[in-house]
Amino acid sequence: MTAIQAMNLTKRYGETVAVADLSFDVQPGQVTGFLGPNGAGKSTTMRMVLGLDHPSSGSVLIGGSPYRELGHPLRKVGALLDAKAVHGGRSARNHLLAIAQSNAIPAARVEAVLELVGLTQVAKRRIGGFSLGMSQRLGIAAALLGDPEILLFDEPVNGLDPDGILWIRTLMRELAAEGRTVFVSSHLMSEMAQTADHLVVIGKGRLITDTSVQEFIGRSSQAYVRVRSPRLAEVAELIRVGELHQDHLRVSGLEPLEIGTMTARAGLPLEELTLVRPSLESAYMELTKDSLEYTS
Amino acid sequence: MIDIVRSEWTKIRSVRSTVWTLAVTALLMVGISVLLGVAITNSGETVGSQEAIATSLAGTVFASLSIATFGVLVVSGEYRTGSIRTTFMAVPKRLRVLIGKVVVFTPVALVVCTVSSFAAYLLGGQLILGTTSLGDPGALQAIFGSGLYLTAGGLFGLALGALVRHTPGAIVSAIALMLILPQLTSMLPGQWGATVHSYFTTNAGMEVVQPGQNAMLGPWSGYAVYLAWVAVTLIVAAVLMRRRDA
Repeated sequence: MTAIQAMNLTKRYGETVAVADLSFDVQPGQVTGFLGPNGAGKSTTMRMVLGLDHPSSGSVLIGGSPYRELGHPLRKVGALLDAKAVHGGRSARNHLLAIAQSNAIPAARVEAVLELVGLTQVAKRRIGGFSLGMSQRLGIAAALLGDPEILLFDEPVNGLDPDGILWIRTLMRELAAEGRTVFVSSHLMSEMAQTADHLVVIGKGRLITDTSVQEFIGRSSQAYVRVRSPRLAEVAELIRVGELHQDHLRVSGLEPLEIGTMTARAGLPLEELTLVRPSLESAYMELTKDSLEYTS
Repeated sequence: MIDIVRSEWTKIRSVRSTVWTLAVTALLMVGISVLLGVAITNSGETVGSQEAIATSLAGTVFASLSIATFGVLVVSGEYRTGSIRTTFMAVPKRLRVLIGKVVVFTPVALVVCTVSSFAAYLLGGQLILGTTSLGDPGALQAIFGSGLYLTAGGLFGLALGALVRHTPGAIVSAIALMLILPQLTSMLPGQWGATVHSYFTTNAGMEVVQPGQNAMLGPWSGYAVYLAWVAVTLIVAAVLMRRRDA
């Protein structure tokens, strides 16, 4: 069953369109990366999924119904939006207890999630004094309180040290392996390549691609050979399958050795013959370059 | 609904601002009563029991602002920190959140304010008259009236907090609506001006603490008018809370 289903989701703020006609499905049992440059509309979309912001048009269902119609929603959906959005004067335990009580979740569960994220020792301390890493753990504890089958994380690794990043990455993989739905936003392709099974990529509020990570890697890391020569036009005529650019020829489907042999036989001099394998990051940059809000 | 009330109780008891605003409210009630009592005793004037009641509860005007601040913070504190999103994720039917807050806030405010009023009357009256009796005509009504008046002021603050969502803005509007504008309405001309003045927020509400000041309303009709102001503000806040993005 589809866990999250966005249908023609649109959000306008006056003249500005934050999310435009966005449709996608998120499936259980895998980590789905929600990828896009800063300002692409990821957080706005997540807030609409969670019933916090009202879509200007379109709709989104979570487990088959609108979020606002879920009774005790935290038992079905857990989310971490902004780890610092907590009352700093409260202790970690009271913070979690208030959330648990609102959804009739037993108080024992508070101790369980504190233990799970490793905050038992500081449960009585005021949250205001927590580091970002501790706050992030507390936010994840809150998301896990209701033992939900659907989890949303908005940029969970932002500002974390390598230990914290690894911890969250492992946790998300485990949650998905248990059959849960994990929907996690990020603006870093490299991060998602290591964590996600599926990708929903957006830019300027619009869907760019909705694909499995494997497919994305296969499609975008297709290698080609870059050929440069003082007699480039003749080389292009000889190779035939190449794509002629300003100062070089881009050839897919032939090995450098084959190209070199052909040009040697024809007596054409070569200036460069390089196998180019674009990184995932550059493929992603290529994909989203038209939708960056600010470019340097 | 009981789950939400439990949750709101945990929230309200686990922040320091609750203790602070309630302590300031009690201190204003008792402190002003004692100060005025000492001043009157030293002046050697003799005062009647009615005047003694009014003087010993004079702190009500100021205490209403600290209890309103408590009300404001119960809602605006969540907007300031952003934790309102967590609250609305847990309880997407937002009206229930507001009801839960009112249900928890009201008895806490009522108990603290009524006890403070009793203390203020007993201490102040003792200083002024040398003796106090709860049997004095009008004493009990003024004391309980003060507790009720302050609680309504606290709920007014809570409603404004939900409406304005911004702590300083909500406190400023509470001061304007409860302290400044009620005075300014006395300058309105004609019969309708007098009516507006009599029916304006605390001008109507204070009748239950100090009867006989209002030209058009009695203690309970005045208090009812004050509650109507609070109720309308709460309803507007509830409608906007549903509609606005969190």
